[in-house]
Amino acid sequence: MSEKSTVEFELRTPGIDGQGNPTSHAVGLADDAPDLHSDHMLVNIGPQHPATHGVLRLVAELDGEVVVKLIPHLGYLHSGFEKLGEYRFYNQLIPLTDRMDYLAPMANNVGLALTAEKLMGIEITERCKVLRVIACEMSRIIAHLVWLGTTSIDIGAFTPFLWLFQEREKMYNLQEAWTGARLTTSVTRVGGMMADIPEGFEAGMRKFLLEFPKTLDEVDKILSGNGIWCGRTQGIGIMSAEEAVDYSLSGAMLRASGVPYDVRKDRPYLDYESYDFDIPLGEHGDVFDRYLVRFEEIRQSARILEQALDRLEDGPINVDDPRVILPPKSAAMSEMEAMIFHFKHVMEGVEAPVGEAFCSIEGAKGELGYYLVSDGSAKPVRWRVRPPAFINLAALPKMSEGHLLSDMIAINASIDIVMGEVDR
Amino acid sequence: MTPELKGFLLVASLKILVAFSLVNVGVIMVIWAERRVSAFLQDRLGPNRVGPLGLLQSLADGVKNFTKEETYPAEADPVVFVLAPVLSFIPAMLAAAVIPFGSPLPGFDMTLPIIGQIVYSGEIPMMIADLPIGFLFILAITSLGVYGIVMAGWSSNNKYAFLGSLRGSAQMVSYEIAMGMGLVALMILVGNVTLTEAIARQQESTWFIFPLFIGFFLFAVSSLAETNRLPFDLPETESELVTGFHTEYSSMKFSMFFMAEYANMITASAMMATLFFGGWDIPFTTWDEGPASYLRFFATFGVFLAKTWMFMLTFIWIRWTLPRFRFDQLMQLGWKFMIPLALGYIMLIATTVWVLDTRGVEFGIVYSLILFAVNLPLTYVLFSILDRGKVLGGSQHKRVKVSA
Repeated sequence: MSEKSTVEFELRTPGIDGQGNPTSHAVGLADDAPDLHSDHMLVNIGPQHPATHGVLRLVAELDGEVVVKLIPHLGYLHSGFEKLGEYRFYNQLIPLTDRMDYLAPMANNVGLALTAEKLMGIEITERCKVLRVIACEMSRIIAHLVWLGTTSIDIGAFTPFLWLFQEREKMYNLQEAWTGARLTTSVTRVGGMMADIPEGFEAGMRKFLLEFPKTLDEVDKILSGNGIWCGRTQGIGIMSAEEAVDYSLSGAMLRASGVPYDVRKDRPYLDYESYDFDIPLGEHGDVFDRYLVRFEEIRQSARILEQALDRLEDGPINVDDPRVILPPKSAAMSEMEAMIFHFKHVMEGVEAPVGEAFCSIEGAKGELGYYLVSDGSAKPVRWRVRPPAFINLAALPKMSEGHLLSDMIAINASIDIVMGEVDR
Repeated sequence: MTPELKGFLLVASLKILVAFSLVNVGVIMVIWAERRVSAFLQDRLGPNRVGPLGLLQSLADGVKNFTKEETYPAEADPVVFVLAPVLSFIPAMLAAAVIPFGSPLPGFDMTLPIIGQIVYSGEIPMMIADLPIGFLFILAITSLGVYGIVMAGWSSNNKYAFLGSLRGSAQMVSYEIAMGMGLVALMILVGNVTLTEAIARQQESTWFIFPLFIGFFLFAVSSLAETNRLPFDLPETESELVTGFHTEYSSMKFSMFFMAEYANMITASAMMATLFFGGWDIPFTTWDEGPASYLRFFATFGVFLAKTWMFMLTFIWIRWTLPRFRFDQLMQLGWKFMIPLALGYIMLIATTVWVLDTRGVEFGIVYSLILFAVNLPLTYVLFSILDRGKVLGGSQHKRVKVSA
């Protein structure tokens, strides 16, 4: 277990002094520069733009090329998932979670299943836990590979993107073999998994884990030591540890600022405490540190995956409780009791006791939390998501203001946003 | 018309035809090469459907662009908007006029049925015009291309295009200085600015890449900036300004910007081959310096093409490997590094040449190698300063600590 360090700071609004005026000023002209009667230029970036990672819209006020003020506009991908969830059975929430962080759908599925199980007080089986760890770490690797690729495009290096996407493709093939889907996996069920891993999955995963570090090393070589890459990323978009905590950042954004907080270590779920892995930490909190932290996280995830594959033992993937788990189709067609349970599951759903549950996991983007309130029926009366990307995105104006337009693009890329999750 | 005039006109028009098609076919080929080479670097196939190996892909794209709808932004300045692509296309085509693409051909004296007697006495130099201003002409003409970018950005009435054109003009003006300065050292060695003389001097001694290594470095980096290629593609910057100055352009007007970019790349490659790699000179032999003949012409022409293509492939390789500079970093590199370096380098070369000349060293291979020896320590210092990646790359593992 890691040594936990508590970070305590006074509550205040960063960047604003007691009078409500901003404390930091953009890099501008010197005081004695002649007044040229110039105006700031308002530039609209997005929702359709190569570097907004979906449909984020940024309105930037530029002084020359320096971003003086930046306002992100959200909502272009709003789908009302949380409200929709109030009309769904618990198992029917899982497909909605696929569509939030669509770059790491399996981790989202796991998070929701864990919350629903916490609400219902279900203990899942040993094999199911290991499978869920595999699902989470696969998602993390996929999401980080996409992040690394798109960030390198934003900073101008196109080639690493395609190298990484080839690795992602191999991972997607494994995911497809398991879940039947590349994007909308819906791999978990309350109390278990949608399916067990198929034959050959383990061998395929081991082969992947053996081969893909080579690509990672290549990307490392082409980017980490590159003077241009370092110049573009170092010292850009700095968040100090204090500010990162103030802004409630999580995930790699927080750890790059040097705060050792990872849900897998600090509030372990799925027996993460029994796995041997490290949490990479940055020192400067700049774009380069975020890059290094995520890069190392990919390697650590690969370590966890290897350990998870080693401890994968035969056993049931679902809890042995017909009230929670849908009976197999063959049984439903031949046994009376199974048919009744099947009917009740499909028509009435699984009822949860009155109460509420919050469970958070370390998603690919940060701390991904789900909050469910039950009134005793089979549907939640309230479903709330803590989307890490949304909260991390709130720090974008703070990090970008005073930097150049190009830096703003790099900073935006370093946050690792997914608009499906931001807008929900 | 005298037979000499007829001969001159015939030769001139043939040479113009050859040079023009060299550039245009070159553009088509280099676009194809860029797509195939980048595909090779990225483990994919690239265009391989149109024609053998996808060779006709660029032609197909050309046809597509001819037939596409032309769009005009509502608030654009129509005259300037149409003029801009033309103004960047024409200089790109003109610059090839003074580059010698092979050893001279022998003159002729023949009688044709209708035209009559045609005479060209003396050797035919293989360039459209052997101007006494030589590469100054190329520098002057290629720098006209910046007007195309500025006018495109201004007339589009689009903020992305505007920012892109501002960046483009600042960048091209800055790097022209470094580029010109890099060539001053070469001027000291050659004695004048004609490209034929530059090739002759290289045949006498060694290729100028050796005595003028830093000069070549300055010229190559500035060429990247002048042609707006990555890592200096700031006027376009796909991820920031969509496509920069040509955001609003469609169909053939866009194609003209596109072709101008690649034509500039060909010119820059040909310049590098001519000024620093001996032009059409075949290395390790003096056979090609003998009297003009058709065999010599075709051999040297092939060598010239090979050298030019080597640089074009290097351009492509660099583009698909490196990330992009930021604007202020680009200007810093230009003004605070390249220009002082170029000035210091001129001093160094001038001093060395003066010392060698006063000591009575004959211009030749030894002369070149002494200059090369002067370049070596400077090169080492230069690259250890520039290669910041070595320093940072070593420290990156120290930067991320891992909590147990």
